[in-house]
Amino acid sequence: MTAIKTRESAAESSGPTPRPELPRLGWRGGLRYLWTQLTSMRTALILLFALALAAIPGSLIPQRRISPVRVSDFLNEHPTLGPIYDKIGMFSVYSSPWFSAIYLLLFVSLIGCILPRLGVYARALHARPPKTPRNLVRLPAYAKADIADGDQNVLDRAAMALRRRHYRVDVHSDSIAAERGYLREAGNLVFHSSLVFVLIGVAIGALFGFRGTSVVIVGQGFSNNLTQYDDFSAGGRFNEADLAPFSLTVKTFDVKFETGPVQRGAARLFRANVEVTDRLGAAPRSEVLEVNKPLRIDGTTVHLIGHGYAPKVTVKDAQGNVAFSGPVVMLPQDGNFTSLGAIKVPDARPERLAFEALFLPTAVLDEQGPHSIFPDALNPALFANVWYGPERVETGKPENVYSLDTTGLSQLKQSDGQPVRIALAVGDGVNLPDGKGSIQLDGWVRWVKLQIGDTPGVPISLIALGFAVAGLCLSLFVRPRRVWIRVGDDEAGHRVLEVGGLDRADARAGLTDDVAELAAELSSRPEDVSPR
Amino acid sequence: MRYEYYSNLVLASSVVVYALAMFAHAAEWAAARRIGATEKDERELVRAPAGEIGGAESVDSSESSPSTAASRPASSPRVEQFGRIGVALTIIGFLLSVAGVLLRGLAAHRAPWGNMFEFTITAMVFIVGAYLILLWRTGVRWLGLPVTLLAAVGNGLAVTVFYVAVAPLVPALHSVWFLIHIVAAAVSGAAFTIGGVMSILYLIKKRAEDRGNVDGYLERLPSSRKIDLVAYRFLAFAFPLWTFTVVAGAIWAEYAWGRYWGWDPKETWALVTWVIYAGYLHARSTAGWRGTRAAVIAIIGLGSFWFNFVGINLLVSGLHSYAGI
Repeated sequence: MTAIKTRESAAESSGPTPRPELPRLGWRGGLRYLWTQLTSMRTALILLFALALAAIPGSLIPQRRISPVRVSDFLNEHPTLGPIYDKIGMFSVYSSPWFSAIYLLLFVSLIGCILPRLGVYARALHARPPKTPRNLVRLPAYAKADIADGDQNVLDRAAMALRRRHYRVDVHSDSIAAERGYLREAGNLVFHSSLVFVLIGVAIGALFGFRGTSVVIVGQGFSNNLTQYDDFSAGGRFNEADLAPFSLTVKTFDVKFETGPVQRGAARLFRANVEVTDRLGAAPRSEVLEVNKPLRIDGTTVHLIGHGYAPKVTVKDAQGNVAFSGPVVMLPQDGNFTSLGAIKVPDARPERLAFEALFLPTAVLDEQGPHSIFPDALNPALFANVWYGPERVETGKPENVYSLDTTGLSQLKQSDGQPVRIALAVGDGVNLPDGKGSIQLDGWVRWVKLQIGDTPGVPISLIALGFAVAGLCLSLFVRPRRVWIRVGDDEAGHRVLEVGGLDRADARAGLTDDVAELAAELSSRPEDVSPR
Repeated sequence: MRYEYYSNLVLASSVVVYALAMFAHAAEWAAARRIGATEKDERELVRAPAGEIGGAESVDSSESSPSTAASRPASSPRVEQFGRIGVALTIIGFLLSVAGVLLRGLAAHRAPWGNMFEFTITAMVFIVGAYLILLWRTGVRWLGLPVTLLAAVGNGLAVTVFYVAVAPLVPALHSVWFLIHIVAAAVSGAAFTIGGVMSILYLIKKRAEDRGNVDGYLERLPSSRKIDLVAYRFLAFAFPLWTFTVVAGAIWAEYAWGRYWGWDPKETWALVTWVIYAGYLHARSTAGWRGTRAAVIAIIGLGSFWFNFVGINLLVSGLHSYAGI
């Protein structure tokens, strides 16, 4: 209390309250202060941990880019939490502003850290080893050896021995200063700079790259233009004209599944035989497309990333005309390829028809309802509900081909009011009640899902990563070391050789041994070496 | 089928043998503790008349204990005996576990790294192998207890919880990167684990040193500074290899899934682990973060590695889910 009182009284006595004397930074100084803070090792550490922490929620909460269905499930299950998560970007963590902020700050900090060090290192490249200290015995490793009085060129031999050990050597009048391990800092700088190039490569890929998928029924083809893609995403700098003008046809697709007792149903083989035409008019060539063996066509990569079933159906309308005939792509719902889809027959007259269908490669009908128990087509069957409605003018509005929008349609019911359920094996056909028409399951084909894309920055990132790993190894395994050797007389007047060593990196071993070995090698009588 | 049967048999035996090795090492420490206690009492007794002996206490305890133990012929052979039994059993366990992995490969007609069970038994071979090499080169028998405990628990979990019968690989794994990526992951995992175990020992030893009551098991550990150095060497070896593992994984992902990085949970946690260990290396060269804080970071890193391996497989579904688990 007394101290405070005296200060108050002092303030009173000096009239108007004086402002505390803070050093004036000015905006330049302020920026410099911020910059120093940002590029400090402590900030880098904190940013690293922030990055690790920030990456975690994306692995535990469903992400929109990876599994949009699970995101909408999550939103339905958590009506209060979901929208909050959505607002703070929890469903797209890795493109959220806060995640981007952390890694961008980290990279700014990294650049701010390596730029000055590059300068320092450039000067150090030509730096000479520091002068021999007066007292070698104070160094962490020290050894002394007797030398013959007449031995004049011991320092030359020492210099040679050290050069052989890749030291940079300075010969002074009665001593030698040597240093090695400059590559440690070089490796460190290479590693950190490489990380910047990795990011640049990623950014180039994101800006100029594209990726899309297309479902291609076996026997049919794909040609590389935007209309043929089922989904497509591209970077801001991507130009549609950059799409390579190739086309391909999927000739056959072989699939094998495990039939043994262990991991029954697991995939064992996917192989598509495709015919590629590089550009209009070019001669087609045969290629094999497998998982892990993508095709590269003119800079574009084609991956095989999925497959499924397309039942072939023929639908006749009430007038007996074929209103639809062909394969219908259905989407697998589970590992046994219980596949869901819609057969839309807008051309049926007088009323259009539509079917909500389930295709089961190995069908079983039990208390769970119809489902498939094996992914291969051992007992294929089609189950369907039937809808009908007045014909509709084609609007050209895009609609989902895999699901049925039942607005304007009524479900076909039996006389007892139960919905009509159709179950067809291959070759079966059935007439719809009320003379609405007929449907037949002619067979089935497989479809493959192709991913077509190009990520131009990848080679840059990959080369940079190679440099990063190499630099990292240098920076961790190169041992910077300083050694000094002095020749002189000891108290008794004998010629002696002193060797002192200093390790400049933490956690290195063998300094004492190396120093003793050096002393022994240079001494004329090795047995006299006395390591401290 | 017969190969598979023998593989399971030797792996189960290796669990038992590792457990016995662990008990032998525990007995070694228990016996050593008794010596430490009696020795201390006697030292205190003789301190008053002979002032010089009191000075000997300030010598680094790890250096002094073998010599003082050797001066007590009545009880020290027992310590030595238990220690040797432990090492012998560890070697037997190691051979059994190597045989188990090889037989598993023969049974499957492929490299035995296709699922969590196979990865675990392989990683345990690398961990114990690294320990045995270290033991042979530098005599780190103080690692015997934690390593045998880890090996017994690891192989035990593998044969009981993670076990899956032999089966061929799904097409996504048919790649040369299968060998590269997984071996690199197993080796760096082994090094992370040993480094992490050492960091735990470091923290325990450091605490005891700071409090000034280093006795029993702790007395036979090297100084905390030495433990820290050895731990650092393991982690410094593991970090570039882990970087390579992640890069190899990205290259493989580009081939198999058509994108080199897709924030799959496994990928994310691999990155998290990488970032934590990067933090560890930075912390070691930052004032105020050396020692205890760095050790804690290394332990967190190990936790993240094992969570990525066990937790992500069991809790989250992602592209790295193969063969049930």
